[in-house]
Amino acid sequence: MTEILEAIQSAFPSADVGILTNPSPCAQHSLLVAGKDALDVAKFLRDGLGYDFCSNVSGVDWPPKKVREVVVRKETVDGVESEVKETIEREVPGYLEVVYHLFSIAKRLGPVILRLRTGNRSDEVSLPSLTPVWKSADFQEREIYDLYGIHFEGHPDLRRLLMWEEFTDYPMRKDYVAPDDYEYEPTPHDEILAKVGPPKEVA
Amino acid sequence: MVDEALKADLQKRGIFVASFEDLYNWGRKSSLWPLQFGLACCAIEMIATAAARFDLARFGAEVFRPSPRQADLMIIAGTVTKKMAPLVVRLYNQMPEPKYVIAMGACAISGGPFKEGYNVLKGIDRYIPVDVAIPGCPPRPEALLEGLVKLQEKIQAQRLFGPNRARHTDTCEAGDYPVPTYGAHDLEPPLNPQVFQPAPARKDLE
Repeated sequence: MTEILEAIQSAFPSADVGILTNPSPCAQHSLLVAGKDALDVAKFLRDGLGYDFCSNVSGVDWPPKKVREVVVRKETVDGVESEVKETIEREVPGYLEVVYHLFSIAKRLGPVILRLRTGNRSDEVSLPSLTPVWKSADFQEREIYDLYGIHFEGHPDLRRLLMWEEFTDYPMRKDYVAPDDYEYEPTPHDEILAKVGPPKEVA
Repeated sequence: MVDEALKADLQKRGIFVASFEDLYNWGRKSSLWPLQFGLACCAIEMIATAAARFDLARFGAEVFRPSPRQADLMIIAGTVTKKMAPLVVRLYNQMPEPKYVIAMGACAISGGPFKEGYNVLKGIDRYIPVDVAIPGCPPRPEALLEGLVKLQEKIQAQRLFGPNRARHTDTCEAGDYPVPTYGAHDLEPPLNPQVFQPAPARKDLE
């Protein structure tokens, strides 16, 4: 992964590329590329390094979240220096992410994971389309546009793939609320349980 | 009405006595022409039912028609997505009377395993009347045959005259149902109250 990063950085010194480490045992790290450089980096990966096959494109929704951090600071009380631990709550803004899985059939390499992130979840949701580089991304980018609402600039035919054209929601986002057509559920749970109340004792 | 004992007695002598209703319904039930379309995996079972091993032709329903104008039985075989539902209702409207609907499988009945999803219709009976519902995921060919026989029994019992006569004999009764349109969040309307009323909440949950 570091060799690929170095190759990209030597080809595009100004490109905003980094490695996103995966702390889990699989240690499958990925390349995090800024939207403005994505098309250049993708073309270099295909033509320069031989990653000729994009097997999978997926979307991820990261809603805004609160992170608790423990900060240690030194405090001097009556001339005695002591360390005080303090918990700070920090708001991390949400964003949408696209993940491309790349393989090289010619060189039998891969997967290389490419991640692109949008600015936020409301108005900065544009990313460059990589369909001109890998044709197989076409329908998958359309599906991500359909279900997550990421606009792929330069996509040849960006229409909804699964839902109808008049549909305005993005159902795979975490804050999507499905239409309320509940009528009966044998084992109510979560919101429906709150709506109908707890089951009463049956004699 | 002919006395049953007399009827049986005459039959032994080679004379068959039947009412016009019985004969008419016998003809209708013995030659159901299903509309040839499938929506999901249940269609595979429907194809198996029509093929040689289970042989739908034994019950006279083997003539699958690719046009709704020539069909009188609609087998909803599979998941009805919300995107597909208006087209299914339109096909139903295009079928001539008398027409019957079999909802085959859990999805067509209620949405099945996709009931809590955003994209699947929670039962085709929200828009069109269903005559026979066959549970199963998917139902075996034997179950579809059973459903067909049940529908035949229903057709045989239909009255052509009198107060309880069949729907298609009443020219005042509408034979087509409103086609839902694609809305911004859901189908508009989400159900047809003429044919579907939500089930009342369970008593022990109130």
